[in-house]
Amino acid sequence: MADSLNAYLYVGAILFALGMLGVLVRRSLIVVLLSVELMLQGVNLTMGAFGVFNEDMGGYMLTLASLTIAASESVVGLAILVAVSRKVRELYTDRMDGMKW
Amino acid sequence: MLLADITFVYMAVIAVLAALATVLVRSPVRSALSLVVVVFHVAGLFVVMDAMFLTVIQVMVYAGAIIVLFLFTIMLLDLRHEAGEPYLHKNQLWLGIPLAILLLVEAGWIALNTAPLSESMRGAYDAAAIAELGGTGQALAEVLFNEYLLPFELAGVLLLASSVGALLLARRRDEDALPDAPDPVDDVTGPSDEQTKGGAAIWPTR
Repeated sequence: MADSLNAYLYVGAILFALGMLGVLVRRSLIVVLLSVELMLQGVNLTMGAFGVFNEDMGGYMLTLASLTIAASESVVGLAILVAVSRKVRELYTDRMDGMKW
Repeated sequence: MLLADITFVYMAVIAVLAALATVLVRSPVRSALSLVVVVFHVAGLFVVMDAMFLTVIQVMVYAGAIIVLFLFTIMLLDLRHEAGEPYLHKNQLWLGIPLAILLLVEAGWIALNTAPLSESMRGAYDAAAIAELGGTGQALAEVLFNEYLLPFELAGVLLLASSVGALLLARRRDEDALPDAPDPVDDVTGPSDEQTKGGAAIWPTR
């Protein structure tokens, strides 16, 4: 099991789907950002497994790139959250409809 | 290979359970801490597949930097869940759950029908070649600084841009302050006047 590519892909798929569930279902803005990180965990696991099992360093490179982008994404996301918290008292996604038509 | 299998099953099961907790638990702090558990067990899966460099990077960057940043923000903004407020979108559940299940089935179907490339199409870095170079770190450095130098430099530019952007976005502007309440981020000097009423104010008021 530990030496088959499919097992890692299953775990990655489950993590990604759970992350998407969190993005769609949770109200708290910060938990939505945490769920995006969860999706990225699934993606990292998938790309790392592809790199290892295809004996190619490209998988590592993609994982490193996605890690960098995850870091910048969470930094900018949290900065936006701090900026929004000055305007809106409670950080719920359904309270932030100011730019909705 | 029994030990590797047992380790894999343990890491996978705990990672999925902690991911469920991240999505479903009520408090944001507990959600972030469950994500730390997910990160460490995904790092364990990297150990099982012999990707040691990814393990180190995963623990250092995700658990050490990103989640800590999340926890800082949660505590700085004093985010807590008001009792009686629903923490799930009730009217998005009926769409969100089927969509997540659909995505899971699709991704699982693709994963079921995926196999590693045939021997002749694989890259040059099998376990023997990596061991000859001295480990995954050395092999990764060799590829990163030769073939992927431009993406590496672009990642540096991206990090610079995002840190400058974060500073600009989170900077306090006076016209932003809510009229009735102190700023949640700047108000770290101590209890307000109402809280110290009846005694001497030990904190300087701004």
